[in-house]
Order: sequence, then C-alpha cells, then structure tokens
Amino acid sequence: MHELALTCQIVETAAQAAAGRPVARVTLVIGRLSGVMAEAIRFCFPEVARKTLLDGAVLDIEEPDGWARCNLCGVEFATPDWLTACRCGSYDVTRLRGEELLIRSIELTEAA
Amino acid sequence: MCATCGCSGDAATGHHRHEHNHPHPHGHGPGALVEIEARILAKNDAAAEHNRAWFRGRDILAVNLVSAPGAGKTTLLERTIADLGAEMPLYVIEGDQASAVDAARIERAGAPVVQVNTGTGCHLDAAMVARGMQRLRPPTGAAVLIENVGNLVCPALFDLGEQAKIVVFSVTEGEDKPIKYPHMFRAAGIVLLNKIDLLPHVDFDVARALANLRSVNRTADTIEVSARTGAGMAAWYEWLRHERAAARQAASA
Repeated sequence: MHELALTCQIVETAAQAAAGRPVARVTLVIGRLSGVMAEAIRFCFPEVARKTLLDGAVLDIEEPDGWARCNLCGVEFATPDWLTACRCGSYDVTRLRGEELLIRSIELTEAA
Repeated sequence: MCATCGCSGDAATGHHRHEHNHPHPHGHGPGALVEIEARILAKNDAAAEHNRAWFRGRDILAVNLVSAPGAGKTTLLERTIADLGAEMPLYVIEGDQASAVDAARIERAGAPVVQVNTGTGCHLDAAMVARGMQRLRPPTGAAVLIENVGNLVCPALFDLGEQAKIVVFSVTEGEDKPIKYPHMFRAAGIVLLNKIDLLPHVDFDVARALANLRSVNRTADTIEVSARTGAGMAAWYEWLRHERAAARQAASA
C-alpha cells in the first residue's frame, strides 16, 4: 500500500523537473529487493498522474535483479531474495544491486 | 570497484550515478530527455534528517516501534511508562489508521502522548512525526517513543529520524516472521520477543525464531520479554538507558 505514497512522490518530483513542460515518458529504477512492487506503482501511476504534467505519460520501470558480493570469499552472486547465502555458506554480504528506488529520467513531449 | 569514489560498488550499478536535483536536458529522442536520478524517497529522507537534527539538538532519544498488529507494542509502552517514567521523561507518538484508543491508554499510563491518525495510510512518515513533535513538545533530555502503525511491510521504508528501530515480535506469531518480512527485520536495531509468558501454551521454537532473525539481520540485539508479567523487561530498560546515554553523547559531540 505504500506504493500509492511513493507514486505521489514520483509524480511530484517528475513534475518539478519538467518545470511546466508536458511529460511523455517517465523512467524509474525499482530493484527487485527494494520492497516496492513495480506492478503496484504501474497500477497507481495513471490515476496519480491525471491532470498533472504527467497525464498520459508512459511509465518505464527498470527492475534490476539482486546482486551481492560475499565479504568472506569475495565471490559475486545473484540474490533473488534476502535469504540467499553465498556458495561458501556466508550470509555476510555487501549488496551491490537490487535495492534501487530511483527516478531516472523524464522525456518531454517536445524537443528542448 | 567504483571509479567515482573508490567504494566497492560499480558506477554502472547506479548506486551513485550523479544524484542531484537539477535536471539535464538532452536532445535525443522525439522529446527532450531530462535526467533526474533522484531517490524516490528523497523527500521523506530529507524530512527524517531534519527530525534527526531536531532530536540531536535537544538531546532527545527517539525510537521507532514497529510490529505486526497485536504484537503488544502499546502494552509494552504502558509497562515501560509505569516502571521507567520516574527515571526517564517518556513522551509517546501513537500512530494508527484511526481512533485515539491507544493514546487514551498511554495517557492513563501517565505519559504525554499525541495520536497521529494516518487515515488510509499504512505507515507513519517523517513529516507526520515532525507535526506530532510540534504538538507533543518534548523537553530537552526526553525519550520519545514512536509507536508506528501495526504493519510489518510499509513502515520499513520510511525513516522517521529515529535513533533505532525496535521490532516487537510476539511468540503467538510463528517463528518464520523474520524471513517472511525480511525488510522490517533487516532494519531492526533490536528485536523484542514479546509474550514469552505464553511459551508453555504455544508451539513456538525460540531458537528457530532467532536463527531466522539471524539469517536476515546479523547484528540486532534481542531481548525476550513479557510486557504483561514484566519478565525480561529489566534488560529492555537497560537497553533504553544505554541508548539514552548514546543520544546524549551524540548531542554533546
């Protein structure tokens, strides 16, 4: 349910960056381990964007997979969830990817 | 290694692509591209940092209590106020979707309290806490206990400016809660395993629950308590005293 609050933030930030110009496309980065459902953002977006500069804009969401480096053996490996241990058995890892929650860019309807 | 700052990340993973607020227009594509690269939670994070500075400037310890509904947060606070209130000035923010039921309980327990109703919202955010502080007006040296909305999902994402997140996890919930809600348990500085007086009556394996916690959070302190009987509460009070002293040190640093 926090996705609605986040979508409001996305629309507010994007509209500020658009500075009065209509927006054709918004690109987000929502990592698969971020705790945010991209699907729920997609569901909320058209409604939140209505009657703003983002009305009718296309929403693109990049969803990086989880990726981590083991702090014991140094191996890098995919982490589809929070519970994936390194092959060496260690849970002591540095998360490299998958937690992103970013507004990457907007594309304006008209060329600059 | 990241070429930008030498940290262990990789610039291509985007962990610190240039994150700034001013847009960069580029001419490619049918319409102009404006790079933003802003964190979606930037506004809440900024408000949380503001709260953190506000607390630090007043030598106030602020903690954020989260749990599933019914884990015993309010009962824990009632007992804490009764036992520790004379020693430590305790102030409470009560977050719920609706009603002032919990605030009334805290008031009866003897602590100043402000109820924040989130309406349809499922979590407290930093701005709500800032508004709550304007009404609560805790004095210098106080401890502010923020009881978040009972929910193990959404409050994990929203920093309130607290010094520590406390997860209350009760033995009636099942040992697998930490691996079902890893975000929340990962964010915890301390986990209070509550309702241990019920252990003889429920199938709850404490060792397995703690092992599950360790698989998502290797560093959180854990204390086993019963807010109803008072068992184990002394260790929780000791933790609060320790955090209170740490906040004081941070304020004077």
